Amino acid sequence: MGILDFLKRKPEPSAGVAKERLRIIVAQERSTRGGPDYLPLLRNELLEVIRKYVNVDVEAVNINLERDSGHEILELSVALPDGKPVL
Amino acid sequence: MTEIIVVTSGKGGVGKTTTSASLATGLAMAGKKVAVIDFDVGLRNLDLIMGCERRVVYDFVNVVHGEATLKQALIKDKRHENLFVLAASQTRDKDALTQEGVEKVLDELVKENFDFVVCDSPAGIEKGAHLAMYFADHAVVVVNPEVSSVRDSDRILGLLSSKTRRAEKGESPIKQHLLLTRYNPNRVEAGEMLSVKDVEEILGISVVGVIPESENVLAASNAGVPVILDDNSNAGAAYKDTVARILGEERPLRFLEPVKKGFLKRVFGG
Repeated sequence: MGILDFLKRKPEPSAGVAKERLRIIVAQERSTRGGPDYLPLLRNELLEVIRKYVNVDVEAVNINLERDSGHEILELSVALPDGKPVL
Repeated sequence: MTEIIVVTSGKGGVGKTTTSASLATGLAMAGKKVAVIDFDVGLRNLDLIMGCERRVVYDFVNVVHGEATLKQALIKDKRHENLFVLAASQTRDKDALTQEGVEKVLDELVKENFDFVVCDSPAGIEKGAHLAMYFADHAVVVVNPEVSSVRDSDRILGLLSSKTRRAEKGESPIKQHLLLTRYNPNRVEAGEMLSVKDVEEILGISVVGVIPESENVLAASNAGVPVILDDNSNAGAAYKDTVARILGEERPLRFLEPVKKGFLKRVFGG
């Protein structure tokens, strides 16, 4: 760092943001891993359908595939926005 | 017994070939009989990093297709007589390698009493990468402290535990080793780069080594000398530690602390 370096704008510490984003995406990808390839597509189409009626966020649709002995459970949850009546 | 190690990552450009070259050389320095195979069909590169590019006559695909014997295709390292390189083919035919073909070559290496076979995987998750990992006993997953590399390595860790021979046959799982490369402790301290701990937490696996970002890596590849042979570089020393850990030795991680600049440098820059 030289004499004039304090004039330069320092980059914002961004490692925290990276870690948080990775934590979320890695968890999401692990939950659908090993499941059928259509899951992400299904998620997107569901999102489109829901958005015809309610303005929900991209992250509002959560798909989870759980395996028990002998059967699989496709769990689907949709977080609706606060306080707004559903049309 | 022959142990097969795949060096893989998903993302390209993170240091797979650099790692394969140094790992193979380090194992040979420990007295092991080692073969290192370039699985990147169409984009041969390991030969350059190992410094044997002008001695390639036959390659991996030639052996698979029976156009050359394994003995003819193995290039003996100039520095270690127990180290051999099998170059990738430059063919554009992506289907040149088959699972049966790869298995045949690996079986022959087992018969020749190799201690280790290091498989340098191509980037991506397609056929070449799949074949490089399929028969492995160990995996070294190379990751940079950077978002896309971390995400891709999580994907690779998933594939290692499901799409390999050990997984398909229900044998004991592949031993996974996470290797963090291009680490810059100064940037980590400034909060600009993911730390060792961050990466370990996200991926849920601890590192087998941390290789600091170093100018010597480029110098080593320019010269065709694996960086592990550079006694003056931290990267080389960190690779030596990593190889020792893979061989079962316990060694503390080094080079994780920021390098403090001297007073003059701080005042005048540099």
